[in-house]
Amino acid sequence: MRYSATSLLRQGLAGHRAWPAAWRSPPLQPRYDAVIVGGGGHGLAAAYYLAKRHKVGRIAVLERGWLGGGNTGRNTTIVRSNYFFPQSVALYDFALRQYEQLSEELNYNIMLSQRGVFYIGHSDHDMEMMARAVNAMQINGIDTELLSAEQVRAELPLANFGPDARYPIHGAFVQRRGGIARHDAVAWGYARAADGLGVDIIQNCEVTGFIIRSGKVIGLETTRGPVSAGAVGLSPSGHCGVLAAKAGFRLPITSYALQAMVSEPIKPVLHAVASSWATGMYISQSDKGELVFGAGLDLYPSYAQRGNLPTTQTIVAGMLEIFPAFRRLKLLRQWAGIVDVPWDYSPILGPSPVGNLYLNCGWGTGGFKATPAGGYFLAHAIATGAHHPISAPFDLGRFATGALIDEAAGAGITH
Amino acid sequence: MLLIPCPWCGPRAEPEFSYGGEPVIRPGPAESVTDADWADYLYMRSNEKGAHRENWCHTNGCGQWFTLTRDTVTHAILSAEKP
Repeated sequence: MRYSATSLLRQGLAGHRAWPAAWRSPPLQPRYDAVIVGGGGHGLAAAYYLAKRHKVGRIAVLERGWLGGGNTGRNTTIVRSNYFFPQSVALYDFALRQYEQLSEELNYNIMLSQRGVFYIGHSDHDMEMMARAVNAMQINGIDTELLSAEQVRAELPLANFGPDARYPIHGAFVQRRGGIARHDAVAWGYARAADGLGVDIIQNCEVTGFIIRSGKVIGLETTRGPVSAGAVGLSPSGHCGVLAAKAGFRLPITSYALQAMVSEPIKPVLHAVASSWATGMYISQSDKGELVFGAGLDLYPSYAQRGNLPTTQTIVAGMLEIFPAFRRLKLLRQWAGIVDVPWDYSPILGPSPVGNLYLNCGWGTGGFKATPAGGYFLAHAIATGAHHPISAPFDLGRFATGALIDEAAGAGITH
Repeated sequence: MLLIPCPWCGPRAEPEFSYGGEPVIRPGPAESVTDADWADYLYMRSNEKGAHRENWCHTNGCGQWFTLTRDTVTHAILSAEKP
């Protein structure tokens, strides 16, 4: 069914009892042309683009838990493309441009709100580094602007401009096209569109092993039995190391817990996404009114989706230094996602050491914003066996050649 | 909050410590190491889900390095060894 004002009216008059399921729950078939491991936004997007752009016939998405229940449902929903290196800008701005027309393409409202993403600087040195970053981004064609302290005050009046602020505000830079989108809707929109093109979405199906012959993957062992596959795409975020080990190789990736939390809902007080260079925190207000925020990683490897108290405390303290007015709010929920962090904070895309097995991993702390790109380029690699020009610099081989894309140092912003 | 058993100081709170990565052994001599082996040593990690061997430093304590075996799912510390 196509979602529209007419269908809403018709279903409304019928008491909302006749909405069809947004996607099927078919049984696992014994053979597919392409299998995607991981039913988050990225994996579902890959299946959608494989069916839509590359007309691949039989496609399955295997998800260990439920759709979008991993990092897709755990991030702080920020989208932006303000990166330092041209390779990164090509990749992340591709994703943002897809997001800008995704609601129409998928016939599913992803609630994209391009409210602007602000990065606050707290010293003359911060402002010099920001001027450098903004110059690089503008040369790369990204819509960033450098703002004075007065301009920041006009747009973020609740930020701490007090005389005794621990982190005085010297200015900021902003990407106006950045903002937030509804994370669940991105997964569900891709799932519904992929299902409509015949993709089998299999939930509660864990991949337990790879069937490899002469260096090429020909199938998978799963908790629902074996399945043979013409090609396999890995899109498992934090669990990429676990799957790589099953396929017999290692990745330059460490999995960490990244926390996020929300306050109780309040009336609109924060119209943009705000981030601070000093504390690493980022915050926005959801459409439900909750303040959604996070900051740095729990700095040791973890597969526990909760995070530990010292980091929670640091994140809350950092946020309150910048927005003291939020001090009286209660914290409603706190959680963590397991993020796959490569050494250079840039993703690893394309071929793997095993034939017919393709990677979409290493998005680390910033995968949500790149969902359409991760899916698009994984689909391209699976369908053609080769890189798209935009994904080529992000090949696993860069760790042997030394051609790293060091966004950890480059963009200088929390991801 | 982790309670980490420093082999020199005994159990101390997580904020006193810094994580220092998986133990790796530098291959050599340098002129005989291939790019692939060097990349493997520098960058490739096992990143285990479950028991994981890892270096820690008691940075805000005695300053010593040691090796923990820790479960990365439950965060239970299985053993702590002096180097």
